[in-house]
Amino acid sequence: MKSAVIVFPGSNCDRDMAVALTKVTGQKPVMVWHQDTDFEAVDFIALPGGFSYGDYLRCGAMSARSPVMTEVIKRANNGVPTFGVCNGFQVLTETGLLPGALMRNANLHFVCKDVRMSVENAESMFTNDYAAGEEITIPVAHHDGNYFADRDTLDRLEGEGHVAFKYTADINGAQRRIAGILNAKGNVLGMMPHPERMIEPALGGTDGRKMFTSIMNRLG
Amino acid sequence: MKARIHVTLKSGVLDPQGKAIEHALSNMAFGGVNEARQGKFIELDLAETDRAKAEASVDEMCRKLLANTVIENYSIELE
Repeated sequence: MKSAVIVFPGSNCDRDMAVALTKVTGQKPVMVWHQDTDFEAVDFIALPGGFSYGDYLRCGAMSARSPVMTEVIKRANNGVPTFGVCNGFQVLTETGLLPGALMRNANLHFVCKDVRMSVENAESMFTNDYAAGEEITIPVAHHDGNYFADRDTLDRLEGEGHVAFKYTADINGAQRRIAGILNAKGNVLGMMPHPERMIEPALGGTDGRKMFTSIMNRLG
Repeated sequence: MKARIHVTLKSGVLDPQGKAIEHALSNMAFGGVNEARQGKFIELDLAETDRAKAEASVDEMCRKLLANTVIENYSIELE
């Protein structure tokens, strides 16, 4: 499985993502700088966490309009599996590839800890190695992870199985405790927690590893 | 020509920063503030001299970058 990690100025989980992809897939991803307008064909695109462009204007707003994103949006719309973690999730909502927006945490605190979340959709290409309803522990580290969408959008996300993960307790004010969502086609997933930081016991746990093995199951 | 843009959260969208301002004002004994909402102010210096064209262009800037219309409203003043 050939993957790409998109690197923005201010990304800080790009190398963690590259290490996770290398360890689980056995292949090093290509690192693509935000100013590139094209990159080699890959099976999988990851948008990493961080504070791209210093979170100026809105988290992910600048990155979503950076040159490389035109190509990422095109490929995601053509069905290439695209995965955004934390700031990557914010970028995906800012591009419109995923609905809703991520706002300042309701309690205004930066939340940095391991959280419990439940797997709401265990059939997607990103989550098929989990069991439906399985509870897993994954770290979060964000100031703006308060997921917001209007009621119709939330009902549609829940009704159509596009909520991938929910926190088991409220940590940031997110509507319906949503931690991660899928697009309608199921090939784009955004989530605030960091599965790439939970891929081996030395990191404190392995609950994140199944995200990557799920993708391997589908892509080989 | 100058464009002054106000970006505000839509009503119904929780504004935790506005709430914190509200609490701080109340702690400072400023009474009578029913609600505080925080927004952004952006000023652009435009080369365009035609008002209609400037307005159309700034409106597009707001829709494409300056505001996130999922959660925010914007208003434009030209001078």
